[in-house]
Amino acid sequence: MSVPSGLSRREMFLKVAMLFNGIVGVVLGVPIVRYLLSPVTRGVKPGYDRWISLGGVDQFPSGQTRLATYRNPVANASDGETADIPCWVRHIDADNFQVFAINCAHLGCPVRWFPQSGLFMCPCHGGVYYQDGSRASGPPERGLFEYPFKIVDGNLHIRAGELPTPGSPIATRGSLITIDLKRPPCAG
Amino acid sequence: MRRISKIGNWFDQRLQLGAPIRETMEHPIPRDTASWFYVFGSAAMTVFGLQLVTGILLALIYVPSAGEAWNSLQILNHQVTLGWFIRALHGWGSNFMLAIVLIHMVQVFLFGAYKFPRELTWILGIVLLLMTLGMAFTGQVLRFDQDAYWGLGIGASIASRVPILGPPLVKLMLGGPIIAGETLSRFFALHVFVIPGLLMAFVGLHVLMVLKLGINEWPMPGRLVRRSDYLEKYHTLTHTDGVPFVPYGVWKDAVFSGVILLSIAACALYFGPFGPSGQPDPRVIQTAPRPDFFFLWLYALLSLLPPELETPVLLIGPAIALIVLLALPFASGEGEKSWKRRPIAVLAILLTAVALGTFTNLASHAPWSPVMDASTAAAIPSKFIEGRTPVEIQGALVFQSKQCHNCHSLGEIGGKRGPALDAVAVRLTYDQLVRQVLQGGGNMPAYGKNLTPAETTALVDFLETLHPSGQAEAQDASLKSGAQQ
Repeated sequence: MSVPSGLSRREMFLKVAMLFNGIVGVVLGVPIVRYLLSPVTRGVKPGYDRWISLGGVDQFPSGQTRLATYRNPVANASDGETADIPCWVRHIDADNFQVFAINCAHLGCPVRWFPQSGLFMCPCHGGVYYQDGSRASGPPERGLFEYPFKIVDGNLHIRAGELPTPGSPIATRGSLITIDLKRPPCAG
Repeated sequence: MRRISKIGNWFDQRLQLGAPIRETMEHPIPRDTASWFYVFGSAAMTVFGLQLVTGILLALIYVPSAGEAWNSLQILNHQVTLGWFIRALHGWGSNFMLAIVLIHMVQVFLFGAYKFPRELTWILGIVLLLMTLGMAFTGQVLRFDQDAYWGLGIGASIASRVPILGPPLVKLMLGGPIIAGETLSRFFALHVFVIPGLLMAFVGLHVLMVLKLGINEWPMPGRLVRRSDYLEKYHTLTHTDGVPFVPYGVWKDAVFSGVILLSIAACALYFGPFGPSGQPDPRVIQTAPRPDFFFLWLYALLSLLPPELETPVLLIGPAIALIVLLALPFASGEGEKSWKRRPIAVLAILLTAVALGTFTNLASHAPWSPVMDASTAAAIPSKFIEGRTPVEIQGALVFQSKQCHNCHSLGEIGGKRGPALDAVAVRLTYDQLVRQVLQGGGNMPAYGKNLTPAETTALVDFLETLHPSGQAEAQDASLKSGAQQ
C-alpha cells in the first residue's frame, strides 16, 4: 500500500476541524452581521418616512412662517425628547405650504427664521436661505430640505421620519439648486 | 521578610513572570535616552489608566439612555459627592491625553524613531492616535447635551456625503433614522467597550515592541540608519554605553507622569467639569453648537472651504493624511535621524502646527457665524448715530431690525460674517450701496423683496454717513469725468 504524500491522518483531522469551525463561524456570523445592519435593512421597505399630522391648518396664519414640532414616527420610549423633531412651516396662501427641515443643508445645524428680513440663518457656519428655502449665501450647496405635505380634513400632514441629510430621501426629492461659481467676487 | 519572599516564590513558580519582569527592568537603554524628551509615551499610558479608572467610576452613575443621560449628568454634577470632580478629571484627562499623544508623536517624528526597525511601532502609534481621537469624539457624544446632539447631526451630514454608501453609513452611525436612543447606546458601546478594549490591546503591543526592539537612541547628526548594520550598532551602543532602564530611565517617567496627573487634578479642581450645556432637545433651536477643543480646527475648515471643495476635501483629505502617515516609515525607513539635518521634517511639523493653531484660534472667534441675537441685543455705538438726520437714524433702525447687524459690525460690535461697515461709504458709492442691498452678491443675500423703497433709501442714507470724518465718501468716477467735459 502506498503512503499518501503530504497529508497525514492528524493533519486531515486538523483540516476537518478548521472546516467545521469555519461553518460554525458562518452560522454565527450571518445573524451577527444581520443584527448589526438592521438600522439599514429595517428602513429599506417601506422606508422610515410616514405621513404625520402637524395639527390644524389654522395654526399657521397665511403669509407667516412658524415653528412646528412632531413626534418622529419611528420612536422608542427611551428616545426621550430627542424624538420630538421641529420643522419650519411656511403658509404661503390658501392651500400652498412649504415645510422645511430644521437642519441646514450644509451640515445639519438648526436654522432660525428671521421674519423681519425674511431669512433663515444657520448659527454654525453661516448658511443663509430666503423665505422660500432657496439658498441665499454661505456654504450650503442647495436650498433647505423640504418635506412633502398634504392637507387632510383641515390638518397639515407632512411625510417625515428620517434625519434630513444630503444623502437622505428628502434631499433627492426636491430640485437641486446649483451654485453659480462664476459670480463676481464680493462687491463689499 | 522570609515569609513574604516565600509567598512570592510560590506565585512565581506558578506564574513564571518574575524572570521576564526582571529582564524588562534591567534591559539596557542608551545612556542618552534616559532623558526628559522620552517621557511622553509613558505619560500617555498613565493618563489612559486615569481615564479607565474615572470612566468606570462615571459608569456607576451615568445612564446611557437618550431620555435620561442628561439628567444623570446633572446628578453627577450636583448630587453625587464629588461627582463633579470625577467628571472634571475624566474631561480634563481626555484633553491631556490627546495633547500628550500628539506631543509624543511629534517627538518620535523629529527624533526619527519611526525608522528601521521600528516601522510597525509607528504604524501602531497611528492606530492609537486614531482611537484616541475616536474616544474624544464618542466621549463628547456621551456628554449628551445640545452640542452632542447637533454634533452628531454634523457627523451624519459628513457621512452622508460618501458616494453610494452615504445613506446606509448614516443609519449605521445613528442606529436608526434619527439621532435618538439607539444613537447614544451605540456610542456608549463604542466609548466604553469597543475602543477601550482595542486601545488596551494595541497599547500592550506598542509597549511590547518598544521593549523588544529597544528604545530609540538619541539621534546624532551624521549617524545614519542602515538596515544592514543598525541592529548590530544598537546592540553595541546599549552594551558599551548603556544603563539599566530601572532606575536610570524610569524615574523621569514616574516624575513626569506624576506631574501630569497633578496638573489634570489641578485643572479639574480649578475649571471644573465640561458641561453639559442645554438639554439635547431638538426643539430648542436657540443654540450655537460648537465642537470640543480638539475638533475646532475642523469646524474652521468646514466654514472656510469653498462649497465645491468641501466634500472632496472631507472625504479624500483624511485618506491622504492617513496614507502619508502610514507610508512615512517605508518611504524614509533609513538615513538621517536627527532633526538638525531634516529641515523638511521640521518645516512639516511647524506648518502643521501653525495651520492647526490658526484654524483653532479662528474657530474660537468663529467670524463666519452670524451673531444670531445682534439684531435684538447688540448696540450701535453712539458715534454712528450722533448728528444724523431723522431719515439716517431711520436707516440705522432698518440696519438693526433687518438683521444686517447679525453679519456686519459697527465699531467692532455685531457679526463678522460680512465686512465691517464702519467706513463702507469710502468703499462704495451711493448707487453701489443701493445695488448691493437690493441684489446682494458676494456672500450677501439680496434684500430687494424685504425692504420697501423708503426703507432702502433710509438704510443707504445711513450707510452713506459711515466714513471717517476726514475722508470723503466714494464718488462715481464716470459722473465726475462727464461733468468736466
